[in-house]
Amino acid sequence: MSAAFDILLCLMILATAGIALFVRGAFAAIAFFIAFGNLLGLAWLALGAVNVALAEIAVGAGVTGVALILACSRLFELGDNLADVRTPLASRLGSAALCLGFTVMLAGVVLTIPPGDRLSKVVAPLLPGLGIENPVTGVLLAFRGYDTLLETFVLLGALVAAWSLTPDASRRLPPTTMVMTDPTSRIVAEAFTRLLAPAALIIAAYLVWVGSDLPGGAFQAGAVLAGALVVATLGGVVVLPRLDSLAARIALMVGPLTFLAIGLAGAALGGRFLAYPDGLEKTLIVTIEYALAISIAAGLALLAIGPPQPMPNNARADAR
Amino acid sequence: MSPLDLLVATPLGFMLAALAFGGQGRWLILVASPLMMSLAVWLVFLPPDAAHVVGGWDLPLGILLRGDGVARVFVLGAALCAALVGLQALYEFSPQSGGPSARNRGFWPLFYLMWAGANAGFLTTDLFNLYVALEMVSLAGVGLSALGSLQAALRYFLFALMGSLAYLLGVALLFANYGTVDITLLARTAEADAATLMALAVMTGGLLVKSALFPLHGWLPPAHAAAPAPASALLSAIVVKLGFVILMRLWFEAFATLAAPIAVGLLGALGAAAVIYGSIQAMRQRQLKALVAYSTVAQVGYLFVAFPLVAAAPSAAWSGMTLHAVAHMLAKAAMFLAAGLMLKAAPGRDIADLVGLARVMPVTVTAFALAAISLMGLPPSGGFAAKFMLLDAALDQGAYIYAAVLLGGGLMAAVYLFRPIAVAFSGAHGRAVALKAPLAAVAPLALAMCAIALGFFGVAFAELAAIGAPWAQGDAIGGVP
Repeated sequence: MSAAFDILLCLMILATAGIALFVRGAFAAIAFFIAFGNLLGLAWLALGAVNVALAEIAVGAGVTGVALILACSRLFELGDNLADVRTPLASRLGSAALCLGFTVMLAGVVLTIPPGDRLSKVVAPLLPGLGIENPVTGVLLAFRGYDTLLETFVLLGALVAAWSLTPDASRRLPPTTMVMTDPTSRIVAEAFTRLLAPAALIIAAYLVWVGSDLPGGAFQAGAVLAGALVVATLGGVVVLPRLDSLAARIALMVGPLTFLAIGLAGAALGGRFLAYPDGLEKTLIVTIEYALAISIAAGLALLAIGPPQPMPNNARADAR
Repeated sequence: MSPLDLLVATPLGFMLAALAFGGQGRWLILVASPLMMSLAVWLVFLPPDAAHVVGGWDLPLGILLRGDGVARVFVLGAALCAALVGLQALYEFSPQSGGPSARNRGFWPLFYLMWAGANAGFLTTDLFNLYVALEMVSLAGVGLSALGSLQAALRYFLFALMGSLAYLLGVALLFANYGTVDITLLARTAEADAATLMALAVMTGGLLVKSALFPLHGWLPPAHAAAPAPASALLSAIVVKLGFVILMRLWFEAFATLAAPIAVGLLGALGAAAVIYGSIQAMRQRQLKALVAYSTVAQVGYLFVAFPLVAAAPSAAWSGMTLHAVAHMLAKAAMFLAAGLMLKAAPGRDIADLVGLARVMPVTVTAFALAAISLMGLPPSGGFAAKFMLLDAALDQGAYIYAAVLLGGGLMAAVYLFRPIAVAFSGAHGRAVALKAPLAAVAPLALAMCAIALGFFGVAFAELAAIGAPWAQGDAIGGVP
């Protein structure tokens, strides 16, 4: 990439970040935050970190953006006008100075670190034994699969924590309050879903499969599927299940369960916990990744949409 | 199969099972408690050099699990707490006890997640793996405190998030600088360059938030006081201890040679301030659970008062520091459980409402009093043995200020803990109503008795905690011969 592009990209990242911070109005700030996330993804791409770029765009901008918009509209519904939050100028200047000082210090320290990539020398010779070529997948699913295993349980825990806040009155409702109430926008979302959903499914399946050798993998695929699920819910095409329904629980648990079971099987077969038997490495890694993609998609979609809310009366009539 | 893996994998399995069984999932604790206890005991009796890399992937890339003395005593302490708190929760979150049912169900998966995260954190030597463990424990902690008060939980969440991010920043700096985040490797290669010092500073800052050391304790009292009793017990017993264990690993193992006396002294001074501030706040509280929560702020202070003592003479103060942490785990869990039961029977949440409670629920009040004995550091108890060891080390080193803080803190604890006990024993005609569940007092009583019994096993505990301790393998910590 040319230097001009890089400079332009950096300026745009700074500009969107600045506007997101200083713009009045929460929705506008979120819009610029999403733009910022996408540009940041491009920056990672320019740096050659395709996996990070995919994750930043799908999760950092995509899913987080949806969650922010939903939280914001929920707050508006509850009568919280977010524009009223004004902090005194002195404390804003103070925190700006503090952040600036810390950033300068951090940058100074980072520049003292000698550049160089010590680990790729260690990772590269291990990959052929796994039968995969993407070092990131090797790290996530094999060399440091333990971290990833624990992270999948963190995601599950986050969902449980969010859902345990549901008031009892609305717990028996599916999270359908998401369906657009304006008929025109609902039709648009519905039509868009019919175009988007099959493509998203294929892209997700491809991302997991290709993740063994090229950038991709369960997290990115899960985020793509989650995005499609959210749009489908907005259009009323899909009704997300209640968390205590069997389908939802299976979808959420299949990934962590598969990962844990394969890890324990490795130990039971005489090896170590989370060690893959010889010759089966790639098969098991891809199996785990498909199962994880399902759970991550379900988890992210349900987290983004949030627990069911007690419906206002007119909406309840509308959703039958 | 090794308990190093199973201690983490088993509670994760129970988390999935609890989700799968839904409303009936609470009965799983009857299997989980004995199973996890046996695994913890198995860990204690492993050979002294028990360690292996996960999945057979070697360092610097892989993750090393290690059953050193610190891991053994903390895993065992956490297993005792979680097993007994879990049995108590079986009563607390039963459908008969009322309360929203989503809340009752949400408790169990988060409970197992916290147990797995705590064990993962105690057993690993990998700083990034420790970040994941911190996330497991913090997230479960926020979720559990949200069962009580959403506002307090949100505040806790923001603090915890800041702590996590600061810690993660430090891990990233170390990784860029050394190409590894394993504590045992860092201990050999670490140098006092700018990146390392900044990493140590931001990680310590983040972990001090997590372990609620004064003045970064602001999130603790509201969150711990508002949560349901079993959740408060876990938060005070286990959650704050993980941050402390990571700090121990950083300051006395990974960067032991870099730890400047001034920095260690600063931690000690903050610890002393925490003891005094927490005790004064505890004396001023009107509500019982707020008093117990502020007592945690004070008790965390002792752990950091021990920092300069350990840095100067590790072999003497090490066992005192670890014993204090484990004794506080057991005693505080007992006290929160007992307080929860007492408040169920009392007409209000204030200490003044406890009038006549000793007559109505003698076992529960006894559990509270026994836990108080250990927290005050009266003999014979784990708290006493720990304070005795620390005091001994402090006097040996001529650190008279710390000795005074240790003694004064015990005295102040006696003042604030005696108040609710005195009220409970006073008055024959209180408005308290006996609970219909006499068995509910078993868990707090058992925990309190464990805290007391620890005092009789001080020497055995010290030997266990010293297994594989960094100072036992060569020079003293900090390069002091």
